[in-house]
Amino acid sequence: MIAFLIKRLMHALVVMFVISVISFAIQSNLGDPIQQMVGQSVPESERAELREELGLNDPFLVQYARFAANAVQGDFGYSYFFNEPTTDVILRHLPATLELVIATTLIIVLLSVPIGVYCAIRPRSALSRLFMSVSIVGISIPVFLTAIMLIQIFAIGVDFSPFPADTGWGQWLNGALSTEGGMPSYGRGNDLTHLFGTWDSNFFSLEGLTYLVLPSLSLASIMLPLFIRLIRAEMLEVLQSEYVKFATAKGISRKRIYFVHALKNTMLPVITVGGVQLGTMVAYTILTETVFQWPGMGLMFLEAIQRSDIPLIVTYLMIVGLIFVITNTLVDLIYGLVNPTVKLTGKPA
Amino acid sequence: MIDKKTLLASLLGASVVLPLPALAQEDAGDPVTLRMAYDADPVSLDIHEQLSGGILQLSHLTHDPLVRWTKDVKFEPRLATDWERIDDTTMRFTLRDGVTFHTGNDFTAKDVVWTIERLKRSADFKAIFDPIASAKAIDEHTVEIKTHKPYPLVLNLATYIFPMDSEYYTGETEDGDPKDEIVKNGDSFASRHSSGTGPYEVVSRQQGVKVEFERFDDYWDQDSPGNVDRIVLTPIGENATRVSALLSGDVDFIAPVPPNDLERVEADQNVELTTMSGTRIILMQLNQKRVEAFQDPRVRQAFNYAVNQEAIADRLMKGFATPAAQLSPKGYDGHNDSLSPRYDVEKAKELMKEAGYEDGFSVSMMAPNNRYVNDAKIAQAVATMLSRINVDVDLKTLPKAQYWGEFDDRAADIMMIGWHADTEDSANLFQYLTECPDPETGAGQYNAANYCNPALDEKVAQANVETDRAKRAEMLQAVEKALYEDAAFMPLHWQDLAWASKNNVKLEPVVNVMNFPYLGDLVVEQ
Repeated sequence: MIAFLIKRLMHALVVMFVISVISFAIQSNLGDPIQQMVGQSVPESERAELREELGLNDPFLVQYARFAANAVQGDFGYSYFFNEPTTDVILRHLPATLELVIATTLIIVLLSVPIGVYCAIRPRSALSRLFMSVSIVGISIPVFLTAIMLIQIFAIGVDFSPFPADTGWGQWLNGALSTEGGMPSYGRGNDLTHLFGTWDSNFFSLEGLTYLVLPSLSLASIMLPLFIRLIRAEMLEVLQSEYVKFATAKGISRKRIYFVHALKNTMLPVITVGGVQLGTMVAYTILTETVFQWPGMGLMFLEAIQRSDIPLIVTYLMIVGLIFVITNTLVDLIYGLVNPTVKLTGKPA
Repeated sequence: MIDKKTLLASLLGASVVLPLPALAQEDAGDPVTLRMAYDADPVSLDIHEQLSGGILQLSHLTHDPLVRWTKDVKFEPRLATDWERIDDTTMRFTLRDGVTFHTGNDFTAKDVVWTIERLKRSADFKAIFDPIASAKAIDEHTVEIKTHKPYPLVLNLATYIFPMDSEYYTGETEDGDPKDEIVKNGDSFASRHSSGTGPYEVVSRQQGVKVEFERFDDYWDQDSPGNVDRIVLTPIGENATRVSALLSGDVDFIAPVPPNDLERVEADQNVELTTMSGTRIILMQLNQKRVEAFQDPRVRQAFNYAVNQEAIADRLMKGFATPAAQLSPKGYDGHNDSLSPRYDVEKAKELMKEAGYEDGFSVSMMAPNNRYVNDAKIAQAVATMLSRINVDVDLKTLPKAQYWGEFDDRAADIMMIGWHADTEDSANLFQYLTECPDPETGAGQYNAANYCNPALDEKVAQANVETDRAKRAEMLQAVEKALYEDAAFMPLHWQDLAWASKNNVKLEPVVNVMNFPYLGDLVVEQ
């Protein structure tokens, strides 16, 4: 176990090293940070001075060595835009992203398992078919489009009145097709609960929760259908297996077969995919956070790119790399718990 | 709906702590809160750190200039109540009595002198304050500004002098840094603390998330109709989100309004759209150093005849742009009314034939794709229009972060640029865009055409020491005409400015072509 964790730690270091080299190597293509800092009428001589001051004229290797020497001591440099250590900036933006990811994960777990299992048990029912066709639509629509549609329908409101408003049924139909709007359309709101450090939470008040609804729904719109389909497919396969037939023959209740015996084996591949998808979700937060102006790491990263804030870009990429390694490690650990026959590397086989 | 009174009560712990009394007691009537969304928030609280629209918008909230522009580009007294020219190089300003800073310090002539000296140290402002030799306090409320040479634009510069609280910024911080230092890429006292005389003081600020302002109780301008007690500024970079935030009622006021959403905003009955012809000229520069053909004025004229500015303004910009035939917008001294866009494809073909390029040639073109309104689409339209005179355009569009590096390298034969004169004066346009490039003096810094006409440069130089405004205007207009005839560049249009607000926010009286809404005077009907 310990050996496994140490090995993973080494992996993380290698990943972060490689990411830092790559992101440093492409920085000349990220644009000129000086341009973003000064006004249009600043003469070239002033710009050159500032460039020299920031060390941007040094050769690549010198710049990288300077960065690496500081980085091993935990100093990842200063963001050009925020004028603060990049790690502070990221730590301040991290809670918002984590809350969004947690809310989305909750939605996915709470909905995908029952729906997926239901669709596997009753594959021919009308409801299952409905779930399946809706999920195809969900997978096919890009996240930002879903987000904009959600904003239009639930935040701004839609006034759709194709039916005569002077009849009772027309009014009812118009009412059913139109929405009032009123959901918050951007940001995290003001009613946050301070937890600790830089962490302010949306989870502890009703108003805070309303701000989470639309962003987490749009973020979930890609993953949720994927998991429903995955769980359904796995479950269908498991239900065909010998031990389920045996359990049925033995007279164990259907409920127990479905939710204890079959589900446990269904979850193995789901956990693997889930771990990988968690990393992908971090990537999708960039889109979702941009549309909803959610003040998390994704929005921060996109803006850092627009501002050529190179130290912040590099630090963000390294931290995301770290998150990937950590989630994969956790997935492997959980895997071992769910299925004891799986051996972690480092243990004698 | 959010209870607005809880806004301050739930301030986030990580906010910047300011030395000012944070919570004002709520007296008679409900406090009026304006929730506004700009595309970005100010990069710093130090108004001398960057010369940019965002910082100037901030300056008009937390500070007051000596004089400010009115809607029709005239001067309006603010902290200076009166001014007179003593001689060719001296201007005397009488300052307003009874003005206090947010800290409670009295505003006097020494603050003005201190501010001008600091401006001359600022990397961004020193270029435009270069003509000023010195500033001297004559008495408590009189300041004399001396220029090196006779300089006609002292009042224009005075719109940039937002006196800072010199006493507050004197001394050292705990770390031993001088409080008045201007730091571009780091932490400084002035970038996190602010004391001016303006209508609003900053009560909290989280960079990139929000800035909160509260009306300054002892603001000198008691005649101002402004009734907004609190302003919450949220940056929303994404265009669609900014518009949605307004339409859904989450904010009261947004700027800029993206052109693709102008019609949608106008159609909505709960919000009001306010537009105005702007002063930022969008143009294309034809590089004579890279392309020999561009050295022939007939080819440059042909390019100008080939481009249909009206169509771009009408269709691409949906009418929210003013077609241009010169650099100076209306209201500037150099604006020449006799010049108009000259779209005529036949004439263009003829000129090309005369110049010996009947079969055309190939050129490269570069434009940004997220800097100006519809910039990439405009470049595409121009490329298509040029194909009618057999010019084959290889267009490349880039994000602004990468574009300016290419621009500095003059990496394409035709490059797009937008320019707004910091001094609101035509001479600035010529100095940066059309004067013979000279790295020593910084002239023609953005002249990617490499156009050079020393006779015109001489005329601009003369205009810059002419203090008779009417005479000067005549000279500048002559320069515009000469540039037009010589087809030194391809002017396209002036971008319109657009703001949108809820119906009860009376924006119209406080907006101006400079795009610094005077929010201190904003009235929100209850």
